[in-house]
Amino acid sequence: MYSDLVLEHFSNPRNVGSIPDADGVGLIGSSICGDMIKIFIKVKDNRIGDIRFQTFGCGAAIATSSMITEMVKGKTMEEARGVTNEAVAEALGGLPPGKMHCSNLAADAMNKALDDYEGKGPRKSRKPLIDKGFGVRGGREMPSEEMKRPPER
Amino acid sequence: MERKTVYMDHAATTPVHPSVLEAMLPYFSRSYGNPSGIYGIGQEARKAADEARATVSSILGCRPSEVIFTSGGTESDNAALKGAAFALKEEGNHIITSTIEHHAVLNTCQYLEKVGFEVTYLSVDQFGMVNIEDLEKAITDKTVLISIMLANNEIGTIEPVSEFAKSAKANAEHSRILFHTDAVQGASVLDLDVDKLGVDMLSLSAHKFHGPKGMGVLYLREGTRFIPQQTGGAQEGNRRAGTENVAGIVGTAAALRLAAENREASSRHCQRLRDRLIEGILTRIEDTYLNGHPTLRLPNNANISFRYVEGEAILLNLDLQGVSASSGSACTAGTEEPSHVLLATGISPEMAHSSLRFSVGPANTDDEIEYVLSVLPGIVERLRAMSPLVAARERNGGNDV
Repeated sequence: MYSDLVLEHFSNPRNVGSIPDADGVGLIGSSICGDMIKIFIKVKDNRIGDIRFQTFGCGAAIATSSMITEMVKGKTMEEARGVTNEAVAEALGGLPPGKMHCSNLAADAMNKALDDYEGKGPRKSRKPLIDKGFGVRGGREMPSEEMKRPPER
Repeated sequence: MERKTVYMDHAATTPVHPSVLEAMLPYFSRSYGNPSGIYGIGQEARKAADEARATVSSILGCRPSEVIFTSGGTESDNAALKGAAFALKEEGNHIITSTIEHHAVLNTCQYLEKVGFEVTYLSVDQFGMVNIEDLEKAITDKTVLISIMLANNEIGTIEPVSEFAKSAKANAEHSRILFHTDAVQGASVLDLDVDKLGVDMLSLSAHKFHGPKGMGVLYLREGTRFIPQQTGGAQEGNRRAGTENVAGIVGTAAALRLAAENREASSRHCQRLRDRLIEGILTRIEDTYLNGHPTLRLPNNANISFRYVEGEAILLNLDLQGVSASSGSACTAGTEEPSHVLLATGISPEMAHSSLRFSVGPANTDDEIEYVLSVLPGIVERLRAMSPLVAARERNGGNDV
């Protein structure tokens, strides 16, 4: 289901970790998808000097996080902005169709880090950036229309 | 350690047993006749199908005429629910089921809602158990059908179906309520006697007990009102049209007989391995939690959440180490919602995404359990090292990422 390159990045992810004195931090999280990507950037001479990531998520989420750090490292802010989720997936040799929307969010996380650096976002916010839905859900609702998980006993 | 292949996803499917395959082979090429044919090879096929039906009925404790062969558990569930609901819609339009049923039941109930039925979805407790009082309270004078699974496919919780069925019949006000159980996960480990269970309909899937894929059984108690969902010829006593899949029918019966004969030994073996696996994981890896019931669970099912890491990521790593298991994370299936069963037990979406299901089988060994226990801690540690949730825990002890 995954390309060899996705598996390679998943098995040997590049630039894992955090940057304590980061110039920008971006977080994308979804309680529905179960993927959370946090990207840290250090800017030097208007270029991304260092970039690190932390990811909770499936193979695609980890591989796209790893890939984008390689794609934008050393790039100017403008060049980094030009890297889309689709471009990351393409660089990995494609993702399974079901993963394109659900787990392909690394570029969004990086853009949030750039926003943070440029002061457009909640700069260095101490507030939880993650949506509230990640807490305990009652689990007493009726099954929803969205219950489309294919039968797998 | 050398690379192994360890299959621990028997709740998903099982290999066809060699003796089952052998029993099936003649009906592909030698005795390939249509059982409706009056000539030799047709009658050979008829005889084989009749014998198979008798074998299945003896294990279910029912009459051969009460056994309908289908294309699998999903068809059996569809036929049971739609067949009974449509037959009884003049008596009442209310159906009761649970929130942790397989989608073959849940999505069929949602379909029935669209065509005028009302469905009550009973919630479950933290262990995945349906409460009998909730069931009794849900019954109205419009209730015609109840469907509660015998054992859950994801978390392995075994429901007291015989108590439910007994209580439902006692609480029925007007029309006689029909009780269906999806017994797909229980076939190789639980007693399937339909009278002891007290059910009117029961679904089985052959490939869950070392039979062929594409084969199922629907037990339909004599006298149960039923509208066939597949129309055509008079096969299966006019209840399921279509030329019999004779090889599949023979294989289903051979596999079910084998399952019944080996039920006790296999259950004991699986339970010992399962307990060793659960205990090993819970003691060797921090922040792991068993999902489902601690004791009233299928002897082959271990469902565990590994906090701070996503299930599919663990699965991929396990696969790279030769271990096949499954996850309650939606990402495995490429959809957005995590397991409805795990959410129904009240755990958070995050913990549902962090779950793995190991389902052992008779061929698994102690060495294989030890192998899984030897590779798993390193995998989880590596993934936790890159998890923003772990960093958040270390910083502030919570989910403030």
